Amino acid sequence: MAPQNGEKPSSAPAPCTKINRVLLLLRLLAFSATAAATIVMALNKQTKTFVVATIGTTSIKATLTAKFNDTPANVFFVVANGLGSLHNLLMILLDIFGRKLDYKGFRLPGIAILDVLNVVLVSAGVNAAAFMADLAKHGNSHARWDKICDRFGKFCDHGGGALISSFIGLFLMLLICAISIIKLLKPNATTSHINISFP
Amino acid sequence: MTKLKRLFTIILRLLALGATTSAIIIMVTSHDSTEVLNLKFTVKYSNSPTFKYFVIVEAIASGYTLMVLFISPKSVFSPLVVVLDIVTTLLLTSGISAALAIAEVGKKGNSHAGWFPICDQVPKFCDRVSVSLILGFAAPIVYFVLNLYSLHPVFNPLFAVKP
Repeated sequence: MAPQNGEKPSSAPAPCTKINRVLLLLRLLAFSATAAATIVMALNKQTKTFVVATIGTTSIKATLTAKFNDTPANVFFVVANGLGSLHNLLMILLDIFGRKLDYKGFRLPGIAILDVLNVVLVSAGVNAAAFMADLAKHGNSHARWDKICDRFGKFCDHGGGALISSFIGLFLMLLICAISIIKLLKPNATTSHINISFP
Repeated sequence: MTKLKRLFTIILRLLALGATTSAIIIMVTSHDSTEVLNLKFTVKYSNSPTFKYFVIVEAIASGYTLMVLFISPKSVFSPLVVVLDIVTTLLLTSGISAALAIAEVGKKGNSHAGWFPICDQVPKFCDRVSVSLILGFAAPIVYFVLNLYSLHPVFNPLFAVKP
């Protein structure tokens, strides 16, 4: 049967199938991973007192603080993961409470677009922070930049933990994005008269 | 109509190929040397692992674009190409994001960590790296437009497109 132009696909609510349950579980895991990364990096702070010079018997101390917003890359990491976890939370709430929400069949493509956008955003954030962490851990002898991880060990450890959590979240979000796009290509049986071709 | 679509896609892919290849070439040929206290210091792109990662990512993306230019739209690999396009956008974004973060430290330094900017000592290197990063910034944007264009028929399920 040839499809007519302007014929609306019937917007049936998303069924409670196995793949939807798996998707919900993946979204929950991804939300917890990205939220954990945001919180751990945002609360990353270490204060240490160093002895700078010794005059006679008294030593001059200097207190240095390492915060996450010393580096713009870490700030971007926190912002990107925050937006990613907000997106995951929104999708979870939409799945639980908004099963019937649909605007002329735009629900599935809208979810797919937002998933792709957020995957790219989180990927950019985590990569910038990862290379900044590598610079902090190993320094760069050619540019005369010293490593700072030997002095601020706890700061580096927490930052590394946040990075690992964000990478796990990124991998899960990539899986979710792939499943969303596959759902677009194979809609459920009530809307099966849509044909799709790629340029 | 499909001929026009295919032409537009090919133009976008050629743009992306040009951007990634030029980014690689300019980054690889960027080096500068400076004399400090009678010692000569040379700066190359391979001094920083981030710029090496950037070059590798751009190389993967340009190789992939070159291969995909020769796949016809009716072959069986079309859905795989769409998925790999999204993965390539992801890869390009990650490469340029990391390289921009490190280049910002090189240009402005980081007073909290005691890292001094090196751009005023090696200006030629910095300029070439900036040009390469600008080109590398255009590549994921072009790829993103390509993604949107590939998924365009799926965005509007009211208009069914015949295969």
